[in-house]
Amino acid sequence: MSMDPKDGTPKREVEHYVDPAPFNPAVTEEMTAAQERFFQASQWQIMWWKFKRHKLAVWSGIVLILFYLCVPFAETIAPYTPNLRDSDHLYAPPQPVHLFHDGRLVGPFVYGMKSSLDMETLQWVFTDDTSDVQRIRFFCNGAPYEFWGLFDTTFHLFCPAEGGTLFLLGTDRLGRDQFSGLVYGARLSLTVGIVGVTISIVLGLFFGGIAGYFGGFLDNIIQRMIEIIRSLPELPLWMALSAALPVTWGPVWIYFGLTIILGLLDWPGLARAVRSKLLSLREEEYAKAAVLMGAKPGRVITRHLLPGFTSHIIASATLSIPAMILGETALSYLNLGLRRPAVSWGVLLNEAQNISVVTVYPWLMAPVLPIIIVVLAFNFLGDGLRDAADPYK
Amino acid sequence: MLYYIFRRILMMIPTLFVISLLIFFIIELPSGDYISNQIAALKSTGEQSSIAKLEFLRKEFSLDRPFFERYLVWIGLWPGPHGLDGLIQGNWGWSFEFDKPVDQVVGPTLPLTIVLNFATILFVYVVSFPIGIYSATRQYSWGDYGFTFIGYIGLATPNFLLALILLYLFNLWFGLSVGGLMAPQYIDQPWSFDKAMSVLAHLIIPTIVIGTSGTAAMIRRLRANLLDELHKQYVTTGRAKGLKENQLLIKYPLRMAINPFIADIGNLIPSLVSGSVIVSVVMSLPTVGPVLLSALQSQDQFLSGFILLFVAVLTLIGMLISDLLLAVLDPRIRLGGRAAS
Repeated sequence: MSMDPKDGTPKREVEHYVDPAPFNPAVTEEMTAAQERFFQASQWQIMWWKFKRHKLAVWSGIVLILFYLCVPFAETIAPYTPNLRDSDHLYAPPQPVHLFHDGRLVGPFVYGMKSSLDMETLQWVFTDDTSDVQRIRFFCNGAPYEFWGLFDTTFHLFCPAEGGTLFLLGTDRLGRDQFSGLVYGARLSLTVGIVGVTISIVLGLFFGGIAGYFGGFLDNIIQRMIEIIRSLPELPLWMALSAALPVTWGPVWIYFGLTIILGLLDWPGLARAVRSKLLSLREEEYAKAAVLMGAKPGRVITRHLLPGFTSHIIASATLSIPAMILGETALSYLNLGLRRPAVSWGVLLNEAQNISVVTVYPWLMAPVLPIIIVVLAFNFLGDGLRDAADPYK
Repeated sequence: MLYYIFRRILMMIPTLFVISLLIFFIIELPSGDYISNQIAALKSTGEQSSIAKLEFLRKEFSLDRPFFERYLVWIGLWPGPHGLDGLIQGNWGWSFEFDKPVDQVVGPTLPLTIVLNFATILFVYVVSFPIGIYSATRQYSWGDYGFTFIGYIGLATPNFLLALILLYLFNLWFGLSVGGLMAPQYIDQPWSFDKAMSVLAHLIIPTIVIGTSGTAAMIRRLRANLLDELHKQYVTTGRAKGLKENQLLIKYPLRMAINPFIADIGNLIPSLVSGSVIVSVVMSLPTVGPVLLSALQSQDQFLSGFILLFVAVLTLIGMLISDLLLAVLDPRIRLGGRAAS
């Protein structure tokens, strides 16, 4: 027992404390339920969690899904067919949807239109006829169509009143409904990017894979090729290539020709990303092990290396879709891409080529809005995906 | 330095060959050529007299030869009907549509094309530089959010649509004729101060329209680069030693952040040139854009081929300039394997 040197009284010992709870030596390695879930989750699961935290990207995804619903269900959503001409309503302005008539709730309706000819400008002038209330019908029977080429039906999401009109975004010079045009146009405009990107992914993986895996001479040649293609201005080349599409081709072939053209100039960016990823992954032990066990290059690339950066490819592919949508729009706008009777947003914009017409009939610019929304949404979605693509960071 | 420039220009020659071959291949893709289409049209109307002349033209422009021979004649490495006479010798070809030599057709449009593209690059730099610095140094301020938002809109709006919208709005608000190169009353007038101002006013809008997406991209990049640098230790050290904020910013992090910014101009130029072509069509500016469109539509192959090549050369020169700028500004870049001189 130690003594205090000054007065010699014994120093009070600190009582030895023992925790009565049973002791678990692995306590530092034990995880909370949330942590456990995280470490046991698959790579894709974690990516999904990370993606969900990016609110803007999630909302963009939802917006895009809504837009893409137009692709399979265009006939049902659109009240008219896109090439239906209403010769009584040339350049008719948009009919705004009202809810109240004379202070009374009627439900969604539009006013009928009275047309008169302005003898000075020789233009049709349309005015609202406030006595003519045309209630919009929902889940109704309208113009017949063949659903997915399977069966005939007349079911529409909404239709104009019996004997009335419903031009939500006005009509063009031949009296074709703009809104229906937009819905049908989504079919081509939105898929052109997906098909084009698929082509570009295949090319990018092929060339990037060869360059990154084999390196050396092949790598050099492919790198030079990429540099040259990237240094060329895209749009003039797209113009030249689509001018080369035979005029005699039908809309379907022109469409596929366009997607190939769009994909043909887009792959270098992807090929570069694939190459640099492959170059680094090739040095990993598991890749070396696969080679030593006698796997052929094709198997090593596709089974061992590619899964390591699939998420990156998806993210960068998402980011290159908007450029393709815009490319199609620009080409069709310039009369080098799709033509009537095919309908895409670019084809619709074709009507807005003459600026003096646009000044008088501004609703012809309606396709601009969905284009901007879709492109913005794809950009945000791509940003979110790219952030989520590396889940362990 | 001179050696580097020389080497860099020498490197462009094989690239140019590949590009010209590619372009020639693309413009020859449509079946037939301008002349044989004409002949077919004349034959179907039963007119025989002009066919002899067209056959003569076919021989004259060696359209009856195999692909590679045609290509070599075009660029002037193979004797055509008049010996070596191609792009290299300064003969830019013949435009069938206008029935004039190509240089007479595109000649008047070239200066404006170059001026417009140069002005756009200048615009992109001048605007994105201060905004990028502002956004990075005042991260998460209202100004930063505002510019980011505008930037996203600028990225998402294709420039020809932007041109359309602006044309419409300016017409609506000011009654201004934005299309074309000058207000209609100055056309065919002698040059005066007012006319020059009118031309200038009409050039500003296309410059903004073409440059918007590029500016947005550059702002985002400079902001990201600068933000990376601002959190590094040498900045804290400088601040601890009492350097003034502005001096510190300009002297160290900015110099680091600016290199990728300049290197990026190489990626930017092709898209700017693309933009200038389509915006010119929309706004009916007399650049090579509208000529290219009509040449492509009528299969006027030598004309469209020359314009495509010209546009490609323009981007190559732009990239050369950006490389040289980078070499001057960044001492870490070794010039052709040697130490910087």
